Amino acid sequence: MAVTLAQAINAALADEMEADPKVLMFGEDVGRLGGVFRVTDGLQDRFGDKRCFDTPLAESGIIGTAIGLAMYGWRPVAEMQFDGFTYPAFEQIVSHLAKMPNRSRGTVKLPVTIRIPYGGGIGAVEHHSESPETYWAHTAGLKVMTPGTPEDGYSMMRAAIRLDDPVVFLEPKRRYWMKSDVELPVTTEPTHQAVVRREGTDVTLFGYGPMVRTCLEAADAAADEGWSLEVVDLRSLSPLDTAAMVASVKRTGRAIVVHEAAMTLGIGAEVAARVQEGAFYHLEAPVLRATGFDTPYPPAKLEEYWLPDVDRILDAVERSLSF
Amino acid sequence: MTSAASDPNDLLPPAEPVHLLDPDGTYHPDAAHPLDLDDAQLRELYRLMVVTRKVDREAINLQRQGQLGVYASCMGQEAAQIGSAYALAADDWIFPSYRELGAALVREVDAAGFLHLYRGTWLSDHDPYAHNFGLMSIPIGTQALHATGFAMGATFDDNPIVTMTYFGDGGTSEGDPHEAMTFAGVFRAPVVFFVQNNQYAISVPLDRQTAAPSLAHKAIGYGIPGFRVDGNDVLATYAVTRRAVERARQGHGPAFIEAMTYRMEAHTTSDDPTRYRTQEELDEAAKTDPIARMRNYLTGRDLYDQDLEDAIEEQAKATAAEVRAGIYDAEHGDPLELFEHVYDDPTGHFEPHQAQLRAELAGAADGEDL
Repeated sequence: MAVTLAQAINAALADEMEADPKVLMFGEDVGRLGGVFRVTDGLQDRFGDKRCFDTPLAESGIIGTAIGLAMYGWRPVAEMQFDGFTYPAFEQIVSHLAKMPNRSRGTVKLPVTIRIPYGGGIGAVEHHSESPETYWAHTAGLKVMTPGTPEDGYSMMRAAIRLDDPVVFLEPKRRYWMKSDVELPVTTEPTHQAVVRREGTDVTLFGYGPMVRTCLEAADAAADEGWSLEVVDLRSLSPLDTAAMVASVKRTGRAIVVHEAAMTLGIGAEVAARVQEGAFYHLEAPVLRATGFDTPYPPAKLEEYWLPDVDRILDAVERSLSF
Repeated sequence: MTSAASDPNDLLPPAEPVHLLDPDGTYHPDAAHPLDLDDAQLRELYRLMVVTRKVDREAINLQRQGQLGVYASCMGQEAAQIGSAYALAADDWIFPSYRELGAALVREVDAAGFLHLYRGTWLSDHDPYAHNFGLMSIPIGTQALHATGFAMGATFDDNPIVTMTYFGDGGTSEGDPHEAMTFAGVFRAPVVFFVQNNQYAISVPLDRQTAAPSLAHKAIGYGIPGFRVDGNDVLATYAVTRRAVERARQGHGPAFIEAMTYRMEAHTTSDDPTRYRTQEELDEAAKTDPIARMRNYLTGRDLYDQDLEDAIEEQAKATAAEVRAGIYDAEHGDPLELFEHVYDDPTGHFEPHQAQLRAELAGAADGEDL
């Protein structure tokens, strides 16, 4: 049956709330409205307004109270309505959510999942299209994951809620309506593992979240040129699956990292460093990056010039192959 | 649609802070704040203040001797902390900042353990669940949200506990206490926001933090009643907090208490307060000392004599000696513990890092330079 990413995440939330009465879902507009993207649709009706509830419009408050709720014994799932509105919560996330378990020598567990719709490509106004994953991946104590398929949207969300670690769960908002033909429930690979989405022999594309589909489209287009591209969906941005990355590049000898986030100090920089360290003698070309530019996210009418797409990826492939 | 506000006049703080004890120990009964403490409890409040001051002084000494990296003294604030913490029930929770030695001692947190953060052997040394006392929170005011979330969680669980969080006059300028009060008001969370107004945020005086008539007036904006109390009066602090706590426990929602006190010591041992306040000001503040005041009161009630003083002094010295023994030259643990508690499930996070440190430690054991 055809399931969208948004429906898959919604089903995962419902199934986990059903399975564990300690799971709470809260944030701005997630209750009566069902979320601005309808990802929490129906949860308040089904589980009541003690389990799925609207909060005041205060992101630091949402995360800070999630910490207190988790200390009490609840398993909070908190929604940040948009990527660009997570920054008021930055201190609570970085200074407490990520650090308190370590500070307490593991006495305090904070099983908090932060859901963040992220990334561009939907023609939104400023602050609604950002890719802040590096901030979270750079912060020890957080796990950061992002599904690239509806199947992963379901399975990874359930796994994230069950982890006793804090998780930043990045939902690629432009793929909310992407469909898979799948029967739920579904269980996919463990959340810390990267997955090969398409096997190839010439160049590896490393993508995640919204770029998984773009990478697969690029691989289709490249096949017309006679190039065989492997597509690896990283899925987990913290930890990164170094072994899977290195294994793929040992097969192909070439690698390109693709992400919407700006290039400098993006996830691609870390992937490149690990690949060159782990597969140095297998590399036929430098690891290249096809990413957003080092500018603020552009106005909607200009985002097509900014976002990495099939053409930018194929340009990188050509440069890699001609090295 | 309107908010759930009651009559704003019901939320306004009194013109003057509640005050029951004069500096000379004279007691002024107040029908709104009856004292429900027996003689033993009155002596216990005094004992806790004396022990707190002694341990606080020991911590300053330990810092001077290079045993602590830094220490934030609570001298002068003993009544504010002990009167308020003593008003809680055993199941209630405290979410402190980093200056709450007095509150920690009420909760029987090991005093030497409390200071490990300042020595740098680890970041915290007590089990919050064993004392219902949260971890010290250094980023200003952030713990107010944890107290609020915890209190919300208790109501979701029909558990009639109350949480109390401490922050200072400077903390009322940060955003998080305001978001906490917003949430607490909306969810009627049983949380008491206890502000120790010690007049300074490091060097910056109160008039640079706010133009409000008082800090307690801020609460009205969140539908929360603001109370004010003489924070150097342990009986008044106890009575006002008790009222706020029981009110919260009975489902009437959060409360905000501004305790007027004075930080007699520097902000921390790294601070030089002679740059921003005068000896005259300190001399004036010393006249309102909370410990002398309570001693005067107990003396007037025939609850205090030299034998009691000797016994308490003996206990205070013993506790200070335990602190010294627990801190002096205390070693840190195995450096590999750095990786142990970051994640509940560390799969995939640390392999090369752990291997690196292991190799470096092995090299050190072999006599190599690090």
